[in-house]
Parts: sequence; structure tokens; C-alpha cells
Amino acid sequence: MKRVTEYLKSLLLLELAAGLWVTLKYLFKPKYTLRFPMETIPRSVRFRGLHALRRYPNGEERCIACKLCEAVCPALAITIDSAPRASDGQRRTTRYDIDLFKCIYCGFCEESCPVDSIVLTDILEYHMERRGENVITKPQLLAMGDRFEKSIAANRAQDAAYR
Amino acid sequence: MADSIDQAGEIRSYTMNFGPQHPAAHGVLRLVMEMEGETIIRIDPHVGLLHRGTEKLAESKPFNHSIGYMDRLDYVSMMCNEHAYVRAIEQLVGVTPPERALWIRTLFDEVTRILNHLMWIGSNALDLGAMAVFLYAFREREELMDVYEAVSGTRMHATYYRPGGVYRDLPAKMIQYKESRWHKGKDLKRMNAWREGSMLDYLEAFARDFQHKVDEYEELLTDNRIWKQRTVDIGIVSPEQAYALGMTGPMLRGSGIEWDLRKKQPYAKYAEVDFDIPVGTHGDCYDRYLVRVNEMRQSGRIILQCVDWLKKNPGPVMIENYKVAPPKREDMKESMEALIHWFKLFTEGFSVPAGETYAAVEAPKGEFGCYMISDGANKPFRVHLRAPGFAHLSSINETTAGHMLPDVVAMIGTYDLVFGEVDR
Ligand code: SF4
Ligand code: SF4
Repeated sequence: MKRVTEYLKSLLLLELAAGLWVTLKYLFKPKYTLRFPMETIPRSVRFRGLHALRRYPNGEERCIACKLCEAVCPALAITIDSAPRASDGQRRTTRYDIDLFKCIYCGFCEESCPVDSIVLTDILEYHMERRGENVITKPQLLAMGDRFEKSIAANRAQDAAYR
Repeated sequence: MADSIDQAGEIRSYTMNFGPQHPAAHGVLRLVMEMEGETIIRIDPHVGLLHRGTEKLAESKPFNHSIGYMDRLDYVSMMCNEHAYVRAIEQLVGVTPPERALWIRTLFDEVTRILNHLMWIGSNALDLGAMAVFLYAFREREELMDVYEAVSGTRMHATYYRPGGVYRDLPAKMIQYKESRWHKGKDLKRMNAWREGSMLDYLEAFARDFQHKVDEYEELLTDNRIWKQRTVDIGIVSPEQAYALGMTGPMLRGSGIEWDLRKKQPYAKYAEVDFDIPVGTHGDCYDRYLVRVNEMRQSGRIILQCVDWLKKNPGPVMIENYKVAPPKREDMKESMEALIHWFKLFTEGFSVPAGETYAAVEAPKGEFGCYMISDGANKPFRVHLRAPGFAHLSSINETTAGHMLPDVVAMIGTYDLVFGEVDR
């Protein structure tokens, strides 16, 4: 008897029909996909994307050229030169380069920075068109910081309790 | 081909290259196969095309710097690799993370196991001709990657475990979908249904639902005649062979040996959670498939238990030993001593007492171990990583010779190879 039922089951392709039934049900369920460039998946406040250098609210740059981020970077992606600033003799960076091709987006630079200057923003859609554009310089980083300060600050505030 | 026919017109065996650029090779695997018609006589894996010298690289960096590189070994089971590495450091330094950190690690090891097995079931089924499973598996992967992102900030290379605990506590709020032209009102509410509460609520909802999702995969594959024809009696590994070839993880359990480091040498909090070790009987691809599917269910069970504990017991997730772990950011800004620790730790790291140790975890693919020698400096003297995939791949001649060419694809799938860890 068992063999007969087995045979019938096999002949009627029951297990294949069961599988097809699963896929058929999904045909009528709401789609899981998003229309990407127009809408994106949600992004965590901890997201580690493109770098930026921040400023204090009074417009002064935060970075004090302590070079902690340079020391902690496992990929050796950060290069810093520093000198006393001509106007007031404060210790500032004269060069702050990040090589985005070397960077592994580990977040250690942000973790180490004592004045919350270097941060990883939640921006992930960026590209380079020419060789050399992968090295982003201090003015570019500061511009990134100025442009996205609001979202950077909001994300940091939300996560402050955990850091 | 011309050389394989000699003067008398007889066909001799010929040699064929499989990969390194083959869609079914799961990365950059090159197999040199000696074939007799469609039957394989001998198969010779060539590895090293993805060699990045991680072990050597680790020797030149303070201990913590290499955590991020561990993610990139087996890049579908990221946190498990980190776990082995930070455990080795912890054993040498002699620190124990707080309990909550251990529970978080247990939780994320299991999340990682599901991530890995989903990748495996999807790609294995895709290689053998079943497209739908791949799409469904990646949908669930997406949901778990959101969890990865919520805690660590990246969807894959987390750099989340640290010697002495984990970097940050679990977030109280889960990330939510935003309104758009296509998703609003009720639709948006449905998409965010699990995301109303904390990350733990989300994981709980996921783990409960996941069992049904596994039912679906099984519906698609377990009884399917095509799937069975491609996997039953393919690549049989006897228990003795499995021992002799150094197999671990599902490869070993598929042959019926109940060996699981989570049970036999419990680490983190595995001694306190309740789960079973699924084992196979026959040692073929189909049994290993059943073992892995069952492991996904068990991981779901463990996740629920961890979520339960973590919800009830808040607490620190990092030790307060400023020689190893940095102080809190707030303290650093106010206390001179904390600032000194901060600078010391981030510039030269910490020194580890001289000695050697071996720490292994049950990674989704098998035993992932880290053997570390320290000479007392702030960098390891030597790091050796025991990758399960390497031991498995080296047995491919024993298991696959005598099979047909299409079975090689089934075997690569069942080995669950990832070249990040094989080549390191
Ligand atoms: S994210 Fe990591 S790798 Fe990238 S610049 Fe910062 S420290 Fe270096
Ligand atoms: S970005 Fe921060 S860590 Fe880096 S040099 Fe400037 S102040 Fe120091």
C-alpha cells in the first residue's frame, strides 16, 4: 500500500506542485523590493560611510592635529601634516588626506578622535571618475562636514548614550 | 582535445580547468581536473588567488587593528571570525568580558550562522538550478543585515567585537523605513511592523517568523525530485574519512558525528542555552543540506533565548580595565587620567603578556581557530588562522573523484567554500 501511495505521489508531481504553490503565493503578496534611487533602505544612526571633518558652531574647525586617527587607522589611509597656524599660532593640520581606496571603513578614526572632528557620515552613494580623486583632502572633508552637519549632529546625539 | 586522441584513435583522459573565473566556483577557485569523458579521475584544487596575507599583516599592527581584517576572511560569517580572534587576545591578556557582552556575542554568532547558511542555501540551490530559493534567502539576509547595521554601522564588516566585550550596547530603537511615494500609509506600517520597538523586539519577531521561512525553503527543496537527484548519494563522506580529513562543522555532522564546539567546549554563553546538534546519517550532500537547514532552526531557538535574557538584564558591555578597553567618551573629556589612557590606547594599543594560545569557535562552516603567539609587545608575534574551508577543500579529491562533472558543482556548494578564508 505504501508503495502505491508513494508511486502515485511521485506520478502526480505533488512535491513539485507544493514548491510551485509557495512561489505562486508570493506572486500576489506585496513586493519586497524598493525602487532604489528614489527610495532607499533605512540607514542606522551608526552607519559608517564617507568621512567628514566637523567644525564647532562658531565656525572654528575641531581638529587639533593630535594625529590619533592617523595612528589608529589600520589601513594607513590617513595622512596628516601639522604646523602652528599663521594667524594665532594654534596647532592645526596643514594637510589631512584620506585615501578612500585604502580605507576599510572600520570607524576607528571616529572612535579615537577626542574632539569628535573626523566622523563617518551615513553617505554611501559617491563615486570617483578620475585617478587621484580617491584621495580626499582637508577642504573637501570640511566641506562635507559643513554640508551635512545637521544630520551628523543628529545621528551623534541619538547614539551618544552608547559611546 | 586533439592530444587526447592518440594515433590509434583511442580516447585518453584529458585535463580540464574549472575556474578561476567560473560562476559556480564561489569566488576564485581553480580546479584542475583529469577527466575520462564526463567522469572525474583526479581533481586538484589550486588555491591562493585571493591571498592577502592577513596573518602576516596582523604581525605589523597593534592587536585591535586587525579585528576589521578578520571580518574580511570569511566574509559571510563576519562576527564569528572576530570572535575567535578577540577570544585569543582575551585568553592571553586574561580578561573576561561582562556577562551581557557574552550574551550579545552568543546572539550575534547565531545571527551570523543564519546569515551564512542563508547564503549557502541560496547559492547551493542556484548552482543546482533552483533560482527561487536564492531570492527568498536573500530577503531574510537583508533583514538580518539591518540588525548588523543597527549595532555596528555596517552591513557586513562589523568590527564590533573587541577584546573585553563589544563596542556598543544594542540600540534601543530599530531603524525604520521612511515614507515615499510608493510606500506610505498602511503599506509603510506593514513594512515597519517589526521595527516599532527596540532591536531586540525586531530580532524576536524575526526569529519567530523565521521558522516559517525555513519551512518554505524546505517545501521548495527537501522533497523536490530534482534537488534529490542532484544531492542524494553525492560526495559520501564516511565518519572515519571525515575524521581523517580534518573536517569540522556541518561536513563532520553530516557524516553522523555529533561534534560541535558550542556543546563540547562551550564558550561565550553556549553552556546556558538550550539547543540540539543535528546530525546526518549517510554523509552525502543531501544529509549535509538537512543538517544545515536544521541548524538554522536551532539558531532561531538560541536567538530567542538570548533576546529573552538580554531584555531582562541591562548592564555594561565592556570591561572597565582601561589598559585594554578605552574609557567612556564623556569621561575622557573630563578626566585627565582617562585622557591619558585614551591616547595611550589609541596610539600604541595594549601590550599582551608573552605566551601562546589557541582559541576556536564553531563558525558556521566549521571550527574557526586563531593560534596566537605574543612576545610581550603590543603586536602579535605570530597569528595563525585555522580556516575550516581550507581543510575541507583539500579533501576534494577524496570525496569527488569518480563522480561526474556536474557533481563538482554540488560538492563546492556543500563544502560552503568562501575564498576569503581559504586563501586568507
Ligand atoms: S574608517 Fe578605519 S580605515 Fe578608514 S580612515 Fe578611519 S580608521 Fe582608517
Ligand atoms: S581628526 Fe581628531 S583624531 Fe584626527 S588629528 Fe584631528 S583631532 Fe586628532
